[in-house]
Amino acid sequence: MKYQANEKGYYGEFGGAYIPEMLYPNVEELRTTYLDIMNEPSFKEEFNQLLKDYVGRPSPLYFAKRLSEKHNTRIYLKREDLNHTGAHKVNNTIGQILVAKKLGKNRIIAETGAGQHGVATATVCALMGIKCIVYMGEIDIKRQAPNVARMKMLGAEVRPAKSGSKTLKDATNEAIRDWINNPVDTHYIIGSAIGPHPYPDMVTRFQSVISEEIKWQLNEKEGRENPDYVVACIGGGSNAAGTYYHFLDNPDVGIIAVEAAGKGVNSGESAATSQLGKEGIIHGCKTLLMQTPDGQITEPYSISAGLDYPGVGPLHSHLYKTGRGEFFSVTDDDAMTAGLELSQLEGIIPAIETSHALAIFNDKKFKPDDIVVISLSGRGDKDLNTYIDYFKL
Amino acid sequence: MNRINQKLNQDNKLLSIYFTAGYPSLNDTVKVIQDLEQNGVDMIEIGLPFSDPLADGPTIQESSTVALKNGMTTKLLFEQLKDIRQSVNIPLIIMGYFNPMMQYGIEAFCAKCQEIGIDGLIIPDLPVAEYHEHYQEIFEKYGLINVFLITPQTSDERIRFIDSVSNGFIYMVSSASTTGAKSTFGDVQQDYFNRIQNLKLKNPQIVGFGISNNETFLQATKTTKGAIIGSAFIKHITNNGVNSISDFVKKIR
Repeated sequence: MKYQANEKGYYGEFGGAYIPEMLYPNVEELRTTYLDIMNEPSFKEEFNQLLKDYVGRPSPLYFAKRLSEKHNTRIYLKREDLNHTGAHKVNNTIGQILVAKKLGKNRIIAETGAGQHGVATATVCALMGIKCIVYMGEIDIKRQAPNVARMKMLGAEVRPAKSGSKTLKDATNEAIRDWINNPVDTHYIIGSAIGPHPYPDMVTRFQSVISEEIKWQLNEKEGRENPDYVVACIGGGSNAAGTYYHFLDNPDVGIIAVEAAGKGVNSGESAATSQLGKEGIIHGCKTLLMQTPDGQITEPYSISAGLDYPGVGPLHSHLYKTGRGEFFSVTDDDAMTAGLELSQLEGIIPAIETSHALAIFNDKKFKPDDIVVISLSGRGDKDLNTYIDYFKL
Repeated sequence: MNRINQKLNQDNKLLSIYFTAGYPSLNDTVKVIQDLEQNGVDMIEIGLPFSDPLADGPTIQESSTVALKNGMTTKLLFEQLKDIRQSVNIPLIIMGYFNPMMQYGIEAFCAKCQEIGIDGLIIPDLPVAEYHEHYQEIFEKYGLINVFLITPQTSDERIRFIDSVSNGFIYMVSSASTTGAKSTFGDVQQDYFNRIQNLKLKNPQIVGFGISNNETFLQATKTTKGAIIGSAFIKHITNNGVNSISDFVKKIR
């Protein structure tokens, strides 16, 4: 496949593994084993069983009738919000905890921004009875109290990242440092399609269940496997990678990525990496990232805590650079409005990350008979406080 | 001959000090280098600060954050160092992460290093294979020695590959850790030091990470060419100021 990572983990010019030597044995162990592990029949069986019985897959592909009427096109919502723990994140953590078990690891670390990946990791660690440590920026711990409580209830230890800007990128640094200091017994569950090879590819493959289901579900409903467009929001880009995966090599399917413009792409408070980023190295991977001219990584901004990552997965940098993906950026205001619209037209309160994808109709006009599948990556329960403050509910 | 190789040819055990450029104050860089040389230090790693130094422990992270807040940049570092060879003779190595160098432009960065009289580079997040494939030619064109790290987890086979690509010394990370994380060496480190000695590599080895006093310096250099101290030195100047460098060096040997 043209848009797959090559054996060195490059998507075109992006990807690779720019890691300190201290991490080499861990990453190399994973690189040389992940595909074999994932292809073992016993692994597949356990993974699929857990996705079915524990996560609640397949997630429905729902025809959004009123939303379609409003925007004069045919909109399907892929309901990842109905997964256990409320978002797509758990697809990946289920996969990686099984990989960790196969590798004989008995300690799990993870980074989290808003707390969704932290909760999904704490959940699978509870399920498997494995020790779990989640790194979270000190500032995010204060902003996301309910998710911190969830992780604690699930038995995880939440460690504050106090370095640098004390947010997601620093939590990721701290998790990497932990892995350097614990090279033998620990597996690091990265939550997005980022990091050194093989992480972007591994996470993408675990999330690819999303597009795999879309194909047969759409076939059932429309008699065709391929929509005209797939749409997803992008922070690091794991739900997007999973939503695009099985359509990447089919040029008839348009790929649309929606980034967070924050207060506006040129406002100085934005997370639109494809627009503002330059090629560089972040967290072990060559990709587009937001940085100063001097190469210091900058702090992005979005109302949505899940989209304010200064980089973007290498697959997405490649999709952007080659033009295979069409990239849009949506402001806080437009996203919030789209979230409210979905709530009132379809009775579904989306996560604010997802609301960005739903705002695509402001920027892109679809034909009445186009089939547009949007990844409804998460539910809005975690964002109620933000919605309350924003709409003065 | 590169100053690093000349120094490695001397008989004595080498003491190398790492410090973060632009720390504690923006314009301390040159003074720290001069004082270190005057106090008998053999080699210096000048830390180019980075916002996300993921191989470093809290002390170097914090000094990097402060240096960046002080206004340190790659351009400014080169500006501060432009006359350094008028007053300093010992080998100078720039240690930093790859992204700031990429943004400066790798070739431009190397050319500037040569112009100033920098002898080598240590870039923890530039893997040896990547270097070998894409950058070795450029580094060598500008006479720069690139130094690679090995750890107790690095396989013999990989160490031999690193040895074959190196032309200065090998940076032996003492334990599986970020910088500054350990305070003493135990049997595990000793076994590792012995294992490396038995490999009979062509490049001498210098030990770093976890060296903080005379005892750990002697232990680390028993089977190797020298030792690098970073976090302990930064802690010292944080607590005692940049006029106390001689006190620190005296404590080490």
